[in-house]
Amino acid sequence: MSVLIDQKTRVVVQGLTGREGGFHAEQMIAYGTKVVAGVTPGKGGTNHLNVPVFNTVADAVKETGANASVIFVPPPFAADAISEAIDSRLPLVVCITEGIPTLDMVRVAAELRASNTRLIGPNCPGVISPGKCKIGIMPGHIHKAGHVGLVSRSGTLTYEAVDQLTRLGIGQSTCIGIGGDPIIGTNFLDAIKMFNDDADTQAIVMIGEIGGNAEEVAAEFIKGHVKKPVVGFVAGQTAPPGRRMGHAGAIISGGQGTAKTKYAAMRAAGIHTVQSPAEIGHTMEAILGKTAMK
Amino acid sequence: MKIHEYQAKSILAKFGVPIPRGEVVFKKEDAKAAAQKLGTPVVVVKAQIHAGGRGKAGGVKLARSAEQASELAGQILGMKLVTPQTGAEGRIVHRLLIEEGLDIKRELYLSILVDRVAEAPVFMASAAGGMEIEEVAKEHPEAILRETIRPATGLQAYQIRKLAFGLGLAPESVSVAVPFFQSLYRAFVETDASLLEINPCVVTGDGRLMALDAKMVFDDNALARHPEIRDMRDLDEETPLEVEASKFKLNYIKLDGNVACMVNGAGLAMATMDIIKLSGGSPANFLDVGGGASAEQVKNAFKILLGDPNVRAVFINIFGGILRCDVLATGVVNAAHDLNIKVPVVVRMEGTNVEKGKEILKTSGLNFTVAAGMKDGAEKVVQLAGGAR
Repeated sequence: MSVLIDQKTRVVVQGLTGREGGFHAEQMIAYGTKVVAGVTPGKGGTNHLNVPVFNTVADAVKETGANASVIFVPPPFAADAISEAIDSRLPLVVCITEGIPTLDMVRVAAELRASNTRLIGPNCPGVISPGKCKIGIMPGHIHKAGHVGLVSRSGTLTYEAVDQLTRLGIGQSTCIGIGGDPIIGTNFLDAIKMFNDDADTQAIVMIGEIGGNAEEVAAEFIKGHVKKPVVGFVAGQTAPPGRRMGHAGAIISGGQGTAKTKYAAMRAAGIHTVQSPAEIGHTMEAILGKTAMK
Repeated sequence: MKIHEYQAKSILAKFGVPIPRGEVVFKKEDAKAAAQKLGTPVVVVKAQIHAGGRGKAGGVKLARSAEQASELAGQILGMKLVTPQTGAEGRIVHRLLIEEGLDIKRELYLSILVDRVAEAPVFMASAAGGMEIEEVAKEHPEAILRETIRPATGLQAYQIRKLAFGLGLAPESVSVAVPFFQSLYRAFVETDASLLEINPCVVTGDGRLMALDAKMVFDDNALARHPEIRDMRDLDEETPLEVEASKFKLNYIKLDGNVACMVNGAGLAMATMDIIKLSGGSPANFLDVGGGASAEQVKNAFKILLGDPNVRAVFINIFGGILRCDVLATGVVNAAHDLNIKVPVVVRMEGTNVEKGKEILKTSGLNFTVAAGMKDGAEKVVQLAGGAR
């Protein structure tokens, strides 16, 4: 088992005929993901990468039975693309686009919370259940099927952590990149709950970063409800206050959102924290033990 | 993006927010004319820099005549203001706002910002105007009134009445507050602001409300649809290297260490700074070259990094995945060659064709150290930069 996606996931790519969308759709197909449709307004009725293209998400869902969407639409139009996917009642929407205006996401969030759609991202690498399905831009080959669930606000730092695990022979059930923006569809808390309920996930890696309080909220839940071991890292221990560190959401403001407070909350929740990003894999290995639930 | 107080006030005025009469000046001589034009018994001379705490640092003064305004302008222009928000290096004052003095009865705090937890804008108000809101939040959190604004309905009149009566405003001032606060919200939404702060908003002797100070910060992701705001950017307020980096669309933040780093992805870039520190060194910067890390971007990034005279060594940490390391390595070698790089460079890379990439670096004849991983790379670069400090 895994969370969010598996062999049965049927994906529609919004922005399939664009440069990014086309490139990553090809990679997803090569990984074994069932990409069943693309959406590009005005290109309905054509084919791209042997995938039928539709004018609207509604058409794509009706014709192909797609049950997940991935969005590679440029920032000014991406919020509208998410809204369209919500309107088509897709249970899962993954938005890769970086740079969506925050107030656009405010409007999307209101629609999202009134729907049954789960949004991952935006500004994220996507979701992968190794060996089953990949929806996103992460390099598939560094992953290995297994029993560790990973959730992170970052892209390449997630790859770094996955790579460490895989090199130690520790596989992953599902890796979720929740995104680096201040307003995102799925937060640490949601992801941790999913992993906690998933019988196939035996341990969790949580990679946070400065800004906001999502790590603290998740830590509070873990304290009371999660028996599975959790390894935690927070990026930005050396970040100066008041500066936006690349990710729109990575900013320490008014003394809130520091790595220090996040680590404190994690430790109080019994999370195995690591100060060095190079120790994520080894720490998990030590917890799982030599006989390992790898 | 930040703008100056006088610019924020000009935006607010367009949305119907009452602001004091005033004028921006760049020269001492113009201050006198501006003060004369105002014709009020008292004028205020306010330094315009992108940081708060100007008053305490001596950047805001009252003048009782046009001559005095000119004199004060002469003192403040060119002055280096050091406030808690500028850091020790301070900011040089290049612009002044000459404004009418007002008969102030009360000072309030008002702001609008996006609350990440509520996923919506929130209007905050406090009766403790003039105080830093962080201080109020620490000492008297109950004194901060909050109204979450639903995007579909906007800020509603009843919400404003709750805030205004909560601030203890007289009924006649409350009726003035309704259009005032609504104009603030419209200004916030229609300019894609991330912060709008009026501290203080004053109640004048004759019962008017007025934005005495104004701070606006805008969402960088939305600037493309507000060219008139983008044009307000003041490069004097930014670190020169950061201005340069922004031309190349590089995410660069200068820090005070001596180990430069070049990383793809913001999270990994932060983690790289952290591991440099853990290895006993001190990062010279944050730099995200983007997910792709093209040869051109690597070269641009090198130029920025080496523009910092403190840099003693460079750490390139690229987790490419799909990215081809041979292409990356060629880019790094070419850039190092073209730019005649003298400082040691440690490269850690992962991705497709990683062995081929390492070979290209090793046989380049240039001063590269190839690292086995993030930890190894951090330790090597700290040592090359002169060891732990």
